[in-house]
Amino acid sequence: MLYREAGDFKTSYASDNQTFPIRFDRYAYWVVLLLAVCVVPFFLNDYWTKSIIVPFLIYVIAALGLNILIGYCGQLSLGTGAFMAVGAYATFKLTVMAPGLNVFVVFILAGLVTAAVGVLFGLPSLKIKGFYLAVATLAAQFFLIWLFTRQGWFFNYSPTGMITMPVRTVLGFAVTGPSASAAAIYMTCLFFVIVMAWLARNLTRGTTGRSWMAIRDMDIAAEIIGVNPLIAKLTAFAVSSFFVGVAGALLFGVQLGAAEAGEAFGINKSFLVLFMVIIGGLGSIMGSFLGAAFLVVLPVILKVLLVDSLGWPSDLARHLEVMIIGALIVLVLILEPHGMAALWRTIKDKLRLWPFPH
Amino acid sequence: MSDTVLYALEAALNGLTVGIMYSLVALGFVLIFKASGIFNFAQGVMALFAALTLVGFQTGQVPFSHLINAAFGTSIHDFGWTMPTLLAIPATIAVMVGFAWLVERIVLKHLVNQAPIILFMATIGLAYFLEGLGDIMWGAEVKPLNVGLPQGMSRWVDETTFNLFGYGFFVDVLSLWALAIAAVLVTALVIFSQYTKQGRALRAVADDHQAALSVGISLRFIWVLTWSIAGLVALVAGIMWGSKSGVQFSLSLIALKALPVLILGGFTSIPGAIVGGLMIGVGEKLFDFFMQPIIGGATENWFAYMLALAFLLFRPQGLFGEKIIERV
Repeated sequence: MLYREAGDFKTSYASDNQTFPIRFDRYAYWVVLLLAVCVVPFFLNDYWTKSIIVPFLIYVIAALGLNILIGYCGQLSLGTGAFMAVGAYATFKLTVMAPGLNVFVVFILAGLVTAAVGVLFGLPSLKIKGFYLAVATLAAQFFLIWLFTRQGWFFNYSPTGMITMPVRTVLGFAVTGPSASAAAIYMTCLFFVIVMAWLARNLTRGTTGRSWMAIRDMDIAAEIIGVNPLIAKLTAFAVSSFFVGVAGALLFGVQLGAAEAGEAFGINKSFLVLFMVIIGGLGSIMGSFLGAAFLVVLPVILKVLLVDSLGWPSDLARHLEVMIIGALIVLVLILEPHGMAALWRTIKDKLRLWPFPH
Repeated sequence: MSDTVLYALEAALNGLTVGIMYSLVALGFVLIFKASGIFNFAQGVMALFAALTLVGFQTGQVPFSHLINAAFGTSIHDFGWTMPTLLAIPATIAVMVGFAWLVERIVLKHLVNQAPIILFMATIGLAYFLEGLGDIMWGAEVKPLNVGLPQGMSRWVDETTFNLFGYGFFVDVLSLWALAIAAVLVTALVIFSQYTKQGRALRAVADDHQAALSVGISLRFIWVLTWSIAGLVALVAGIMWGSKSGVQFSLSLIALKALPVLILGGFTSIPGAIVGGLMIGVGEKLFDFFMQPIIGGATENWFAYMLALAFLLFRPQGLFGEKIIERV
């Protein structure tokens, strides 16, 4: 009834190829954006921001990055945690070495450093693929974490091995450090999410994205029709690592404030982001949002439901969570290989006809 | 001989024993990969689960006791009896066979003909599920496992090496046992796959699914069979590792180490899994021994993966694997 495309005519290629071809979607997008920027910051409290909203925004960026690599380019990576660590440690070193630098610039530079590291570890992808590549990225995971926990230069020889983020201000508001307000860290993360989602969407529908998808669908055939696998794969690794690096920088700088590589960026983080991508939907921008939201909210719901209201021990709830996530992964792969994004699409298709399905 | 060489030799010998553990896990991977082309990420967690189940049976724990206690406010922990090891092992094998059957029923059947990468991710999900299930079923605390294998320093190795070099090596007896058991296991597997009817069927499926189907081999039965054998191998690995350092979560991390082992040995070769495991075990100990003064310790964490990475670049099929040929 409300959601339909009657009278929504397209008269040019540009309007036919736009991100939200249906007018209702377009309005909804602007309304959500307006609400997120102008209304939400005034209604934030510390608990919601720190435990749900900011993690959600940060993991959206990480999931977008991994989705570009796995969902669009078909290169499986299990090194996401380590690449997030690269972003975090680059942020730390940059803030220490150049104290006057704007923190947003620092985050972006950290992303670029991660992109360079990502390209380095992406080089083997030119020769190997599938789970062979997964093992190569595991090498990145374990080697980088070892580097960050054992080589003193990276954490400035601090005796605990932790890195801590100093206070930095943007436009007079503290955005990092303990004094940062909920609204300030929310706006920082939101800024990066909006910019990077826009970037991801436009990269994936252009030439670059199409060459990634050609490589994903069949690399030898793609090579024959003129896609350069060197450029396609390495750009995918670079862009993906850039996203993941920025996510790691935000996770360390804005959310945690202090981190230790082995604990905050271990192999479990790699799997967490991978699961977000699988559950959300491989090869879908919307899927990255849905997957990140689901896996950020699920533990909180389980905790509220089982630990707080039923009084179960918290380790039991955690094990149950692991079990549910595992079962969900298998279920999603069997029933709906394109994840929650495909469900979303189905719902939209149904809604367009509702309430008269014929 | 100088002291450094002796210490290095001892480190290498200990690496050999760790390597056997890697080999055992890698063996399970190879079996499943050969029969179904599935890269079973859950192999390590299967070893953990098998060991947990064995301990649970031995000590007469009530499965899901934590869950039941939390849900109904009861406080049950165990049945009050203990099961002899000889009975507990067959019971655990039965559980693993049941698990194999369920995996085929619920997961594999629906994922036939999917891309290998999808199947791989499905087994990652399976690994998580099994990990959570094991913890909920039997509790997450570190448990000692004793199946009657001897432990402690091997006096024989100590004396022999003392007489030879004037310095006694420290080698755990358990490791020698693990070596023997691994040898028996591999021999049994080779005999099974070469000389029995089911073994031949298994190799036929590994060679070509569709051709095997067309001559009347039941693919689904073979899959259950392979996963059962993999479960058995997982149990052996679980027993070895569990007797050595207790049944705990770190066991499933060993599974990750099996991935570089496979790359070294080749995904399709049973001897490759064994040799690869030993090479990684010895290599990481020696590397750590020589590099520790220069770049710091704990290089075991990544050495195996970096070695595998180097291998991938120069010999992607591994030492014993079949050459990978790609067609459009």
